[in-house]
Amino acid sequence: MTIKILGSGCMNCRTLEQRTKEALGQLGISADVEKVEDYQRIASYGIMRTPGLVIDEKVVSAGVVLPVEKIKEILLARRSGA
Amino acid sequence: MSGLAARHPVGLAAASAPVWIALYLSLQPVADGFVTLLGLAPASSSTEAVRFFVYEVPKVLLLLAAVVFFVGIVRSYFSPERTRRLLEGRSLLGGNVLASLLGIVTPFCSCSAVPLFIGFVKAGVPLGVTFSFLIAAPMINEVAVVLLAGLFGWQTASLYVGTGLVIAISSGFIIGRLKLERYIEDWVHNVPTAAEGQEDSPLSVRDRVRTGFDAVHDVVGKVWPYLVVGIAVGAGIHGYVPEDLMADLMGRSAWWSVPAAVLIGVPLYSNAAGIIPIVEALLSKGAALGTALAFMMSVIGLSLPEVIILRKVLKLPLILTFVGIVAGGIVIVGYLFNILL
Repeated sequence: MTIKILGSGCMNCRTLEQRTKEALGQLGISADVEKVEDYQRIASYGIMRTPGLVIDEKVVSAGVVLPVEKIKEILLARRSGA
Repeated sequence: MSGLAARHPVGLAAASAPVWIALYLSLQPVADGFVTLLGLAPASSSTEAVRFFVYEVPKVLLLLAAVVFFVGIVRSYFSPERTRRLLEGRSLLGGNVLASLLGIVTPFCSCSAVPLFIGFVKAGVPLGVTFSFLIAAPMINEVAVVLLAGLFGWQTASLYVGTGLVIAISSGFIIGRLKLERYIEDWVHNVPTAAEGQEDSPLSVRDRVRTGFDAVHDVVGKVWPYLVVGIAVGAGIHGYVPEDLMADLMGRSAWWSVPAAVLIGVPLYSNAAGIIPIVEALLSKGAALGTALAFMMSVIGLSLPEVIILRKVLKLPLILTFVGIVAGGIVIVGYLFNILL
């Protein structure tokens, strides 16, 4: 599983990154977490709000800092779906 | 509390209303009681400063929580994606008016200015219309409106919204007429258009009320330190700055004060919560309303960090035009108010 956090380095993006890592840790899932700060790459995902959360190249959220519980839900759903 | 808001948002909202009203009604007696309790001499400078602080901080926080809650619910009906669909291919003027109005209700954070700009321009929203949105969105926000209404009354708050709209509409219109599209950074045109982001899934009333609570948690959590510092500085000015000083510096008779206020205001970065209590105190010491309004608008509406962020997508001539036109508009508005009021 590869995970990307899209955002220019503002507070919200860092919080989302932290929470994503926390969710991964709690579930014991190993994944590459990459922080994407380049605007050109961020824009190529078609989102208009940061931070964005991308799992396996699919945008799962934009413009919200999801709570850890919600991220865990999404991760589990993606894993069983894949 | 946040767990309760997630599980029973509607119930929590119903239960909060009477608590809110009771707190609001007890503000004055509590502030008076506090001043008496401290045994401060009545009508001294320090008493006035303390009274202002212990009354205004909880009052503004209460007003803010209520308005942010309702605005949060309203905003759940709008998203940048939806706003973009509404603005695609709009003509000038009509598009500028619509974009400015949507700027008030669409959720926006200046850290998202770049992806939003790209999303708009790539979808065929005209440049001038995009700018109307980008000017209105930060300048006219619920925090500013609540503070203005709470400290000055609803007339001043509506005046602020009205002038903010006029500046956003006319600046966007002028930028559109100047045909500056060539000053958008080239890479913006080469961004591959991804499949539409995610679909807006329909929300239930329960979800929307929950969004309101999230907004309160978010906005009030972020803004309160600014507010406390702003009101503390305001209280200090109230208690200690001599009456005539501000009348000389920022009064109606000093013609240079409006452009000076804007020049000082643009590089200053604060949000409405920090700056408005200070402006209130300046006004009470004799600053002219137009000058104070111009200062406030330039601090909130034009901020250096946002300009730096936008530089990533706009070439220098366009950035300078944007800042120049908006700053010019604010100066004109400042003079108008000083002359008319």
